Amino acid sequence: MASALINVPSSARRGEIIQIKALISHVMETGYRRTSLGAVIARDILRLFVCSYNGQEVFRAQIHPAIAANPYFAFNTIATESGTLVFTWTGDNGFSATESVAIKVE
Amino acid sequence: MRLAGLLFALALPAIAAEVPLSERRSGYDLMRPETRAMQDDDAANPAMLWVMEGATLWNAKPDAGSRACADCHGDARVSMRGVTARYPAFDAAAGHPIDVEQRINLCRTTQQHAPGFAFESRQLLAISAYVARQSRGVPIEANGDPRSQPFLAAGREQFQRRRGQLDLACSQCHDDNWGRHLGGAVIPQALPTGYPIYRLEWQALGSLQRRLRGCISGVRSEPYDYGAQELVNLELYLMWRARGMMVESPAVRP
Repeated sequence: MASALINVPSSARRGEIIQIKALISHVMETGYRRTSLGAVIARDILRLFVCSYNGQEVFRAQIHPAIAANPYFAFNTIATESGTLVFTWTGDNGFSATESVAIKVE
Repeated sequence: MRLAGLLFALALPAIAAEVPLSERRSGYDLMRPETRAMQDDDAANPAMLWVMEGATLWNAKPDAGSRACADCHGDARVSMRGVTARYPAFDAAAGHPIDVEQRINLCRTTQQHAPGFAFESRQLLAISAYVARQSRGVPIEANGDPRSQPFLAAGREQFQRRRGQLDLACSQCHDDNWGRHLGGAVIPQALPTGYPIYRLEWQALGSLQRRLRGCISGVRSEPYDYGAQELVNLELYLMWRARGMMVESPAVRP
C-alpha cells in the first residue's frame, strides 16, 4: 500500500520561493540484510523520485540503498503560475506511485 | 565479618529513588535537534503515515453489516481527545487494567464482531496512533482508580526488580543513570509521553509494549508475550511516572 504525505503551500505570490515536502511510505529494504537462517532478503527500494510543475521537471533524485525507510524530501522551487505539482516515485518490483497537488499563484 | 557485610550490601535488591517530579524530562528533551525537528513538523514525521491510515480505518466498516468506529464514537478529534492520556485503564469485565491497543481490539471483537488485530500489526498501530494523536498536548492523568492500585504496585515492583543475565533492573538505568550514555545512546527517564513512537532504529512505528520487550531482551531476560499483564502493569506504572506531562503522540525517537 502506497501512501504519501505532501506539503505544498496552497497559494503563493508569483516569483515567491516555496518549500515542498514529500514523504512516502516505503520499506527501503537494502538487499544487504539476511534472515536468521542466512538467506539474503531481496532488495526492495525506491530508485527515483521526480517532481514536475505544470509538466516541467523541477526536482529529481536518484535513491540508493543507504536511504532510510519512508524517504522524505524537502526542496524549493519558484512559484511561477497556478497549476499542478505531480510527484512520482518509482522503484524495485515495479513500484510506482503518483500524487498530484494543486497550487494557486497570484 | 566485614566481608560478609559487604557481600550482604551487594546482594541487596536495587532500591532506586524515582526521578523527582521537578527533574523529569521527556525523551524529546534528550534528542538531537534534527530528531526533534522531525517530530515537530507533521509533514516530516513519518508516524503521520500511520495516523493517516488510522483515520481511514476509523471510518471503515470491518464488513458490510457491522459498524465503523465512527458510527459509535463520531468524530475522533472530539471523542478520543484525552483517551491515550488516561490509559491503561481498569476494565471491569476483564478485572484488570488494559491498554489502548487492548481496548481497540476489545471494541472490535465485542462491538464490531470482527477479529481483533494482531499486536504490532500495521492496522492496530494505525488506529492507536490515530487515537493517540487526538491527545497531543493533553496532560497524562495519574490512574486514581483504587482497583488499579495493586497492578500499579506490581508494575513498580517489576520496574525495580533485577532480571536477566545482566541482572539489571529497569530503575538502575532509568532512575539512577538517566542522561548518561549506554553505548552511543542517551539513557532516558522511561516516561512514555509519545507512544506509539516512530523509532528511527526500527524505521517503523511501534508500541510501548514493543519498546518494553526490547529493553527486557536487552538485559538478556525472556520478554513477556505481547498482551501479558506484566507488560500492561509496566505501562501503567510508566504512565504514572509521567503523570502531568504532555502527550506528544505520535513522537519520533532515535
